[in-house]
Amino acid sequence: MHRSNIAFWTGAAVFLAAVFVLTRTIGNEYPFFAGYVILQFVVLSVAWSILGGYAGYVNFGTNAFFGVGVYTAVLLVEAFGAPLGVQIAVAALVGSLLGLGVGLLTMRMRGIFFSIATIALAIIIETSVTNWRFVGGAAGIQLQRPPVTPPFDSYVKMLFFVQALLVVIAVATTRSIQNSRIGRGLQALRDDELAAECTGVPTLRLKLLACAISGALISAGGAPAAMYLQYADPSSAFNLNYSVSVLAMSLIGGTSHWVGPVLGAILLGVTQQLLAVTISSEVNVLVLGIMLVLFVVAAPKGIIGLLRRQSSLRAKDRS
Amino acid sequence: MFSWDLLLGAVVLGVLLGCFYAAVSVGLSIAFGLLDVPQVAHPAFLVLASYGVYLLNDRFEIDPLLAGLLIAPLFFLLGLVTYRLYYETFERRGSDAGVRGIAFFFGIAFIVEVLIILQFGVDQRSVSASYIGKAWRIWNMRIPIRQLVAFAVALLLTVSLAAYLSKTFMGRAIRAVAQDEEGLRLMGANPVWIKQFAFGIATAVVAVAGALLIIIAPVEPTLDRVYIGRTFCVVVMAGLGSITGTLMAAIILGVAESIVLTMFGASWAPAISFALLLGVLAVRPQGLLGR
Repeated sequence: MHRSNIAFWTGAAVFLAAVFVLTRTIGNEYPFFAGYVILQFVVLSVAWSILGGYAGYVNFGTNAFFGVGVYTAVLLVEAFGAPLGVQIAVAALVGSLLGLGVGLLTMRMRGIFFSIATIALAIIIETSVTNWRFVGGAAGIQLQRPPVTPPFDSYVKMLFFVQALLVVIAVATTRSIQNSRIGRGLQALRDDELAAECTGVPTLRLKLLACAISGALISAGGAPAAMYLQYADPSSAFNLNYSVSVLAMSLIGGTSHWVGPVLGAILLGVTQQLLAVTISSEVNVLVLGIMLVLFVVAAPKGIIGLLRRQSSLRAKDRS
Repeated sequence: MFSWDLLLGAVVLGVLLGCFYAAVSVGLSIAFGLLDVPQVAHPAFLVLASYGVYLLNDRFEIDPLLAGLLIAPLFFLLGLVTYRLYYETFERRGSDAGVRGIAFFFGIAFIVEVLIILQFGVDQRSVSASYIGKAWRIWNMRIPIRQLVAFAVALLLTVSLAAYLSKTFMGRAIRAVAQDEEGLRLMGANPVWIKQFAFGIATAVVAVAGALLIIIAPVEPTLDRVYIGRTFCVVVMAGLGSITGTLMAAIILGVAESIVLTMFGASWAPAISFALLLGVLAVRPQGLLGR
């Protein structure tokens, strides 16, 4: 246990150092521009799997949390000219409150009802933002990036580094949940909520906690998108494509371990970037949908399920 | 500026709209309400049917309602195949059907949506027929005839489906399988086959509803996203599986949307169904006429 902790944090430090060195050495901005999106999806997928993977509550409202993150940032920039760090921190706070709200509202719902309720929430919030003039309404709003902070020489590279930092935070949070009583409690309530409650697992508290943490991380991951695009409008900030992408990435990677969503997000994120450049963004969504259905039908445990089966087969061969 | 005339007009149009919503939701009422299949792709099939009707109307100038009937058998087959796939992969294995079953239909919905975009583009499409574009004037209200046609056909569709489920042998078998699958098995019937047939009927109904959808207004590929809210709102508010409840709930939704549209403007309309849905789920999850 202790050794794996050291390995994890060494890995995280090496990852961040490597990202930092890359931003210093590569002059071209495009790789960072594309890489940002992939890192963003890693954050969203890992955060989604806290609720969707461990607890078995399928949140279709990823776009609600993402959009709330974006618009919290927009509001802070417009009203106070707040710096990026504040935008992300406040977005996380708002996201966790929203998550708590979702948890309380959907207390008695399970399965498809929970999923539909989260879509409903996304549309209601989107409609409210659309009718809110101060943040641009339906037409959207243009944002001006402030000058970049010294160690970085361009804003996109800085955002890339910030998103990498968020990846580490999201993965570390999810990993510590997975290895703790919280994670085991969530898994118990996924398998049988009634039985878990009867054996003394505080199911409601755990569910609310999972909603709040997952929501905070998704909103935090969405907040820098305002500055990344220098523009925000309701229909793209609350696009349902975020929900389906994140669902697909998590399930394709496999949700029983935090590595799953990371693998899924990287794999699909890279594929998407390549397809968007070479073919079109529609084909992109098509590939995503087909892969989602294929994996759900043929490989229920995702990529990590496949890998584990491989390794257990090999172990059998050897013995 | 409040006026009774305006409110009355809104209510009348709302009732017309509500019956149309009943028609688009009644298939889901069977698939989700009776059979417990998380058919999130229902609205996507609906829009697909609209494009099928558009194709027949555009190429061969077939009346949209007739076109809807013509593609209904194809949708029946689509329903059979979809349910068989769902059953073989999830219901039969039984494990973890919840998360993956929902993801499965969500994925199908997106595939259908993108295929429509690739084939027809993102522009709005509409059909032409003699009754589209004209309106009746009653007192000082203007009622488009297309709304009246959709209303009449929707009412006919919903009532005949309710009759089918309560009067015919097969209809009763469908309701029986929803109540007690094991009991049906003990009677020597095959519950899976009945469920598959029922899912086929539910999907065939979607074909006709899709014709109504494109008669009432032009369609675009991503229209299904709004209808996720409308159809699930109606079905959940109705109490799962109740056809009469579906009609009542749909009229409530139609009137609510129509009033909000008149009083506050179109930009708030999409949120109405979802807000109603959330309210019903939070307060009375068993619906108006719950089982």
